[in-house]
Amino acid sequence: MITKPLLIQGGRIIDPSQGIDEVGNLVISEGKISRLGSGQASLPGSDYDVLNAEGLIVCPGFIDLHCHLRQPGFEEKETISSGSRAAARGGFTTICCMPNTNPPLDSRATIDYVKSVAASEGAVRVLPIGCISRGRKGKELAEMGELAQAGAIAFSDDGQPLRSSLLMRQAMEYSLAFGLPVIDHCEDTALSEGGQMNEGIIATRLGLCGIPAAAEESIVARDLALAELTGARLHIAHTTTEGSVELIRRAKEKGIRVTAEVTPHHLTLTEEKVLGYNTNAKVNPPLRTKRDIVALIGGLKEGVIDIIATDHAPHTGNDKLSEFALAPFGISGLETALGSLMSLVHAGELTLAMLIAKLTCGPAKIIGTGYGKLGSLETEAPAEVTIFDPNREWLVDTSDFASKGKNTPLNGEKLKGKVMATIYQGKFVYKDESLAIK
Amino acid sequence: MREVKQKDELAPEVRPEILATTPVWQHRHILDLDDFAPAEIELVLETTDAMKEVLSRPIKKVPVLRGKTVITLFYEPSTRTRSSFELAAKNLSADVISLSAQASSTVKGESLVDTLATLEALGADIVVMRHSYSGAPYIATRHMRASMVNAGDGWHAHPTQALLDLYTIREHKGGFKGLKAVIIGDIKHSRVARSNIWGLTAMGAEVSVCCPFTLLPAGLDVVQHHFPKVHIEPEIESALCGADVVMTLRLQLERQQSGLLPSIREYVKLYQLTEARLAKAKADAIVLHPGPVNEDIEISLAVAQGPQSVINEQITNGVAVRMALLYLLAGGSR
Repeated sequence: MITKPLLIQGGRIIDPSQGIDEVGNLVISEGKISRLGSGQASLPGSDYDVLNAEGLIVCPGFIDLHCHLRQPGFEEKETISSGSRAAARGGFTTICCMPNTNPPLDSRATIDYVKSVAASEGAVRVLPIGCISRGRKGKELAEMGELAQAGAIAFSDDGQPLRSSLLMRQAMEYSLAFGLPVIDHCEDTALSEGGQMNEGIIATRLGLCGIPAAAEESIVARDLALAELTGARLHIAHTTTEGSVELIRRAKEKGIRVTAEVTPHHLTLTEEKVLGYNTNAKVNPPLRTKRDIVALIGGLKEGVIDIIATDHAPHTGNDKLSEFALAPFGISGLETALGSLMSLVHAGELTLAMLIAKLTCGPAKIIGTGYGKLGSLETEAPAEVTIFDPNREWLVDTSDFASKGKNTPLNGEKLKGKVMATIYQGKFVYKDESLAIK
Repeated sequence: MREVKQKDELAPEVRPEILATTPVWQHRHILDLDDFAPAEIELVLETTDAMKEVLSRPIKKVPVLRGKTVITLFYEPSTRTRSSFELAAKNLSADVISLSAQASSTVKGESLVDTLATLEALGADIVVMRHSYSGAPYIATRHMRASMVNAGDGWHAHPTQALLDLYTIREHKGGFKGLKAVIIGDIKHSRVARSNIWGLTAMGAEVSVCCPFTLLPAGLDVVQHHFPKVHIEPEIESALCGADVVMTLRLQLERQQSGLLPSIREYVKLYQLTEARLAKAKADAIVLHPGPVNEDIEISLAVAQGPQSVINEQITNGVAVRMALLYLLAGGSR
């Protein structure tokens, strides 16, 4: 069956990788972007499917450098199938999954398993991240070389930090041969022990053990020192504090090879969401304060923070239906990412182009070129396109989620900005019902 | 919203004039004092007066909770709070069942929500719960129709203890406006301290906290609107200066093991309430302790048993306050 070329007509095309921001047309044929620009809409004699994108944003498919797909081992929380469909609904065409599965992704066999399930059941591209340490136990290095050969795009023991500074140094040095970044979840677990939420007056009011900002910052500082020592690539996962932003800024000024990410929830929600013992707002690192949010947004604008990643961490309803201290950490974030982040654009905090860059060419640069040109609308690139309506208001209803994880503090809230269609390798993997193709 | 029973429905044994002037009682649950208005606290104290009168009779029993089932569900061991609640419920003629349970992430058992669904199916009208995790009663009330009384949750709240403390203070001081209250001890891990801070400040008292900084919860020194303003006074003699009410807290001895204190010896030296230190407070200051007392650790035996101590009155008043609360909760259900 030969499908007709698709003409996406009259949308505002924003591709930060090429510095494009213009109203125009985009043509997809045979799975590739064949034409882009403000020129003539349709060539005579050609027969197109036409998507009217007036008033919509057309941009490269989003890339999420940090999510949890839970397969293998925790399929009741999420699978590669359900998680990748959630990604498609959220406008993501590439997602990188963390290795804290059971068994963890610390061998070629487990990396191959994820890749093969993703190839047969995944809605979008799934790139695995391999463990730093064998079994994520923090004792000895995983076979990082083999993980790299198998297709891991980075190394991380995410969910827990590497306690041993020596092992972290060794991981960084060893990673140099493969050119892949080491991603650290920065948390001094002695300082955060028993912690349930940000340390401060809300934790005091609720009688919950706090996690101080210093628990994150002390490990950020350690890792930056080790990155300087080794010359390795370091990526700081989910930055949440003003102090971390300051540390990373200074490290970048010194030329240390560090990149950093921030999540939509840490950019838009504060610790006050936990009031009432809302286990859906229990996340690690914890939601912080307004002051931290200001610093994080500042960091994004200055380029201190390179990308936005969801840290999508799905859990079952039952997991979260328990005493606050017993509920697991995590927010299901793929399907609300754009809607939450657009609040920053509507508030004038971020430009659309910057937001899109942090979701497309920013993470593409960290992943590198091993999987082709990602995060770009260049012609002849595989057609991976996200179309969203910046002004459409919608109510978050977790019963509509493709993700098995309904655990979000945003359920029932109104967001402004909605993904209307996601195209992966030339095919729609998500399309809002209201969007007509003629 | 529930209303207090009409006068004519009241058991004749309870002084009806107390309730005739009752403002609308809006609490279906007693979770903490952070959502109690001063008038509501006043109502509890006035109702407690009536219950104390009941307790002074030769037959200390009234039928106001006849046919009601009160279940006490304790996830933590407790002797005094539990017996206080059970006596209170029995004095009001309720049927009382006592259950002990365990909460743990490692012991996979019946979840809290399931347990409460079971109690409700058994016909519980009021569940009195003690839990080792902060907020457990809040999670529970989202999934139940019965009334919940928080008998202490983690570090968070112990509202019935605070109300019995307030009642005891009122008996001695007549009121709260302008009173200077000092809470000495492990504020960070104390649900008693938190609930008392809400209650005392709501009623117009000034509260100081006195403890080593390792036992002080975060954020009290910042201007904010999430928690009442308290004074922080790490030096015990300055803290006691001019105090009307002195509350000492039980020191959990494991705080030393977890590194929050160098030694119990040093804690005793710096923070024990002694007669010499108590002399800095007003001459008519009263001394409270939620019990059980670690004698000669947070408080000297001489002070605990001395003329200014009201520790035993607290225990007696605890039964009356809990009767008042059970009565007010059940009052709207008919």
